[in-house]
Amino acid sequence: MTSPLQQKLKIVGPVVVTANRLADGAVVYRGEHGWTTRLDGAAVATSPAIAQDLLAAANADGLHAVDAYVAPVQLAEDGGVRPGNLRERIRSFGPTIDLPLHALRVKADHVSVR
Amino acid sequence: MYLYDELDRTLVGERVAEFRGQVARRLSGELTEDEFKPLRLMNGVYLQLHAYMLRIAIPYGTLSSAQLRMLAHVARRYDRGYGHFTTRQNIQYHWIKLAELPDAVADLAGVGMHGMQTSGNNVRNITTDQWAGVAPDEIEDPRIWAEVIRQHVTLHPEFSFMPRKFKIAVGTSRHDRAALRIHDMALRMHRNGDGETGFEVMVGGGLGRTPYLAKTIKPFLPKRDVLSYVEAVLRTYNQFGRRDNIYKARIKILVHELGAEGFAKEVDAEWLSIKDGALALDDEVVAEIASRFRYPAYARLEDNPPEFSAARRADRRFDAWVGNSVANHKMPGYAIVTLSLKPEGGTPGDVTAEQMDAIADLADRYSFGEIRVGHEQNLALPHVAQHDLPALWRALDAIGVATANVNLITDIIACPGLDYCSLANARSIPIAQEITRRFHNLDLARDVGRLHINISGCINACGHHHVGHIGILGVEKNGEEFYQITLGGKADENATLGALIGPAVPYAQVADVVEDIAAAYIELRERPDELFIDTVKRTGVEPFRERVYATR
Repeated sequence: MTSPLQQKLKIVGPVVVTANRLADGAVVYRGEHGWTTRLDGAAVATSPAIAQDLLAAANADGLHAVDAYVAPVQLAEDGGVRPGNLRERIRSFGPTIDLPLHALRVKADHVSVR
Repeated sequence: MYLYDELDRTLVGERVAEFRGQVARRLSGELTEDEFKPLRLMNGVYLQLHAYMLRIAIPYGTLSSAQLRMLAHVARRYDRGYGHFTTRQNIQYHWIKLAELPDAVADLAGVGMHGMQTSGNNVRNITTDQWAGVAPDEIEDPRIWAEVIRQHVTLHPEFSFMPRKFKIAVGTSRHDRAALRIHDMALRMHRNGDGETGFEVMVGGGLGRTPYLAKTIKPFLPKRDVLSYVEAVLRTYNQFGRRDNIYKARIKILVHELGAEGFAKEVDAEWLSIKDGALALDDEVVAEIASRFRYPAYARLEDNPPEFSAARRADRRFDAWVGNSVANHKMPGYAIVTLSLKPEGGTPGDVTAEQMDAIADLADRYSFGEIRVGHEQNLALPHVAQHDLPALWRALDAIGVATANVNLITDIIACPGLDYCSLANARSIPIAQEITRRFHNLDLARDVGRLHINISGCINACGHHHVGHIGILGVEKNGEEFYQITLGGKADENATLGALIGPAVPYAQVADVVEDIAAAYIELRERPDELFIDTVKRTGVEPFRERVYATR
């Protein structure tokens, strides 16, 4: 039986390997020398073999990050790396909404109930 | 309030110590993720898109002011200053750090709260009517029966690894405010022809990719038999439920495949062998549990005191809020107050730590220190003297939880969706926010009247979209967010699943579609007081479908 790691990766376009940091769940990307929180610092793979190697290295490091997988990216003209879909955009940049503290603190500051 | 005893405190304390050790061993590498994941899930800890999420149970939706202050503390100390009330009388924190989780759960244990059985294939937090103990149409306090079951199934080894999760709800009022028929098992108290109280037992409800309403398998179950019958249902499910396919593992599939009668027959065979054994409930046992619920020492008051009536006449906004958010209480001179967590442009169910602290203070001052959490993602103060309502309203308004939109089109139930959840295909929250902006004029919302919108960001249906008067389900098509619209669902005592009106619409058009549906309803209704849901029932979805797709 073939293990998931030995199965061939199918990729269309450039990809990175991403995961969540063990200690706090923060989104991290596999770079040339370990994990980084910056997508720009991720190692970009354009072939299944390289992506497979990155994923294998990521999975071998279960102490710093968990649930590693291959995610699509787009390469900008300036050489920057951008998330390849909405899910990855949200993982990279955070929720698309204002967090409630930001939205409501102004009003709550005026509270005096005691 | 229910007073936990030493056994409860010991159990929760031991779990905190155990979990602290597990987290330490995971962080040191002694435990692998495969080994650790089931352990964290047993404590309500998930890993989502950006961070860990901690889910804490609020049994039967009852909170003390001390507990709410602790929830505020956890939000402030360990999270990003807010929490999210869910559709199952739980609260979730979306930015918890694994390394800090043991301290967070230890703090919560200090007020008798925990995340046990808020995840995993066990009996989840047992839910009830958030107006339990104060609703005028209630036969008995449903929390007593929820607590009887909770004590039996908490950490019950036989029911810790069932085929899938198992959700139980209990209701004891004429009106169903607990969405009974969408639960794996529900108990509805009623009186039989002889005037005895007992329970109608329903099983096999649930939404998700295969939605079913629960079917009645026992029209009248004597109260003494509640535990043995719950046990028999759980055993039958444990034995026959599918474990080979996660999509067919819930009890609803088993009940569907065996038929309600076939399932009931299996349950009865099991039940008859245990009903007169150790699980038969003595009156003293129930009385002991009931005695641990503390009820306020209500004053003798009259309904509609002069200062309250005068304030209603003097202030149109206050009067509108009373008409919308204040409900009758079983005690004269008191009221149940719903706190809307659905402000214009807000996230349904989100509350900041500052708001939680302020609400806890207001509960102490005006509601005997008690707060309730409803499955509609709103809070309630259950014991407010009517003469206090003007002052309470001003304080609630100042902290943004007095929007007079309860049960209106902007009182939207929504899951966290793709902004947080790793299971989601599409966003829910920004859809809800945009709809609240379109209908921010409360006169318009009041004209549309009672209308429940439910939004789910994936087929798992945490936003209960199948039972929304308007249901909105996010799906992904070729990398884009699309939304299926259903009409005519409802979760009350006449529960119905909504009907799909046509092809999914793109993200940018969802609020427009809701406006079209509301406009069509206003044209179609026979009288101003014909509710949206009744118009849909009368006309079917076709006229709405025509309106929505005429220009799309």
